[in-house]
Amino acid sequence: MSEKELIKGNYAVVEAAIDAGCRFYAGYPITPQNEIPEYMSHMMPEAGGTFIQAESELISINLVFGAAAAGARAMTTSSSPGISLMQEGLSYMAGCELPAVIVNVMRGGPGLGNIQPSQADYFQAVKPGHGDYHMITLAPHNLNEMYDYTFGAFDLADRYRNPVIILADGLLGQLMENIELDRTKKPELLNAPKPWALTGARGRHGQRILSLLMQPGVLEKHNFKLKEKWDLITKNEQKFELTNMDSNPDYLIVAFGTVARVAKGTIQKASADGIKVGLFRPITLWPYPSEALKEAAKNVKKVFVFEMSLGQMVEDVKLALGDASKIEFYGRPGGGVPAAGELYEFIKKRVK
Amino acid sequence: MAKERVIYKKPESLTDVPFTYCWGCGHSMAHKLIAEIIDELDMREKVIAVAPVGCAVFAYDFWDFDVTEAAHGRAPVVATAIKRVHPDKFVFCYQGDGDLASIGMAETIHTANRGENISVIFINNTNYGMTGGQMAPTSLISQVTTTSPYGRDVKNAGYPIKMLELLSPLQGVKYLERVKLTDVPSIVKAKKAIKKAFVNQLTNVGFSMVEVLSACPANWKKDPVKANKWIDEEVSEYFPVGKIKDIT
Repeated sequence: MSEKELIKGNYAVVEAAIDAGCRFYAGYPITPQNEIPEYMSHMMPEAGGTFIQAESELISINLVFGAAAAGARAMTTSSSPGISLMQEGLSYMAGCELPAVIVNVMRGGPGLGNIQPSQADYFQAVKPGHGDYHMITLAPHNLNEMYDYTFGAFDLADRYRNPVIILADGLLGQLMENIELDRTKKPELLNAPKPWALTGARGRHGQRILSLLMQPGVLEKHNFKLKEKWDLITKNEQKFELTNMDSNPDYLIVAFGTVARVAKGTIQKASADGIKVGLFRPITLWPYPSEALKEAAKNVKKVFVFEMSLGQMVEDVKLALGDASKIEFYGRPGGGVPAAGELYEFIKKRVK
Repeated sequence: MAKERVIYKKPESLTDVPFTYCWGCGHSMAHKLIAEIIDELDMREKVIAVAPVGCAVFAYDFWDFDVTEAAHGRAPVVATAIKRVHPDKFVFCYQGDGDLASIGMAETIHTANRGENISVIFINNTNYGMTGGQMAPTSLISQVTTTSPYGRDVKNAGYPIKMLELLSPLQGVKYLERVKLTDVPSIVKAKKAIKKAFVNQLTNVGFSMVEVLSACPANWKKDPVKANKWIDEEVSEYFPVGKIKDIT
């Protein structure tokens, strides 16, 4: 049974985490995601779980590391500068193969930046910190997806024993809209055994959670083992959404998250003028749905890449298409949110 | 034939891997004491330990109970989460002075201040052992290290940090004791202190830390006997052994 609820994006994240069986949350205040730790401080104790207000994002991510090592479904949330601080822990978690969900409600940067929405953390999500590793990265573009993707992220994290990032932004975090919640949905792997978790060596020898592998060749082998996982994720988990592709569009927009939402308005404006524009919205930013994008862009004259940054995802679009000649990029950095008409003006000037 | 009687055996909480620490290093003794106490308290099967970054990063090769690594300095935070998830398990972290007093200072203070019901074994050997003997926050005034070749200069590097005295005023902290391992009586006292810290957790008393003044002959450029003598005469002069706080 589904129910309709008027809800703020940040609250939707909390509802989803609780419904998915997350019972450990640590977070540190930073705008524009403060509603998450605030709401979580009510919800988590009610659900019988642990809420800790960490003293820094370093402490947040390492609390999540410990909780994951102990076998709990764990989550932390932050915004851009806080996620920078978490990169150390994320690399350790990927190396130790620990599952967790991390929500980044992105704000403008670099540095302290501002608290406006941004997509400038694309790189630090899909091309993250030290060492060879990846994190499944999901980009919601409405509040239903803030709920659904967060809910699903816990199963993904457990399935692959890897951190999963929800890459939202200040607009999605602060927006309120009506969403449909399917409360009957149950997380698939909530009760799946975690034989690797540390629970005390009952009737067995001690076991380890490690990323330190000092013997020559052992770490190289571990990396190749991890690569098999990345390959499996790349094969199984690519997700994307196509809009207006049935019209055989002459032009294609590639955008994710908030910008994809705006671009849907742009398509309507173009359509009213007789210009056929389609939208390719990657839902997984890693693994990037490259083949699907290549297919969608096959017959179009131009590919417009729109981002709230100076151009980060556009690099993956170029890699996917293998040919940059059709690509036109427009980005708004530092907290700028493009309007549908603004994107349409950009397109109009570049089409015959 | 006289009946055989076991008067000493390797603790069950140790694996068969021989210690790989340097001659005279305090880690081997500290590891063994911990394993003995865990056996005595009959809790090997409920221990979850957090290993540090530093020489003792390989502690998990020698201990036969569950162990996780933690990033440098973050061990008490990882231990906190494990204890919150499994309040019925016994959780301790084992950290050196670079780990606990330098890069992990915030983690140490906040974990202590939250009064987490965990035990911390703090090995103070007044330098960064694993990386080759650099100056630590605990290096003594005038101590020569690879990054204080003219001796620790307080004008440049400040004074050695006394962690237990720093933590002592925090209300969440229940038990702090400093010990050394330089002779049999001091080892007996050290074991007693570590056991008390562990029992504190089992009886839900709260945050306990034992600081172990530990020899590092290799980096101190002293033989093991002179290294112990230096602890007795110089190190424990600045870092006095004994109970710093006990409100158990």
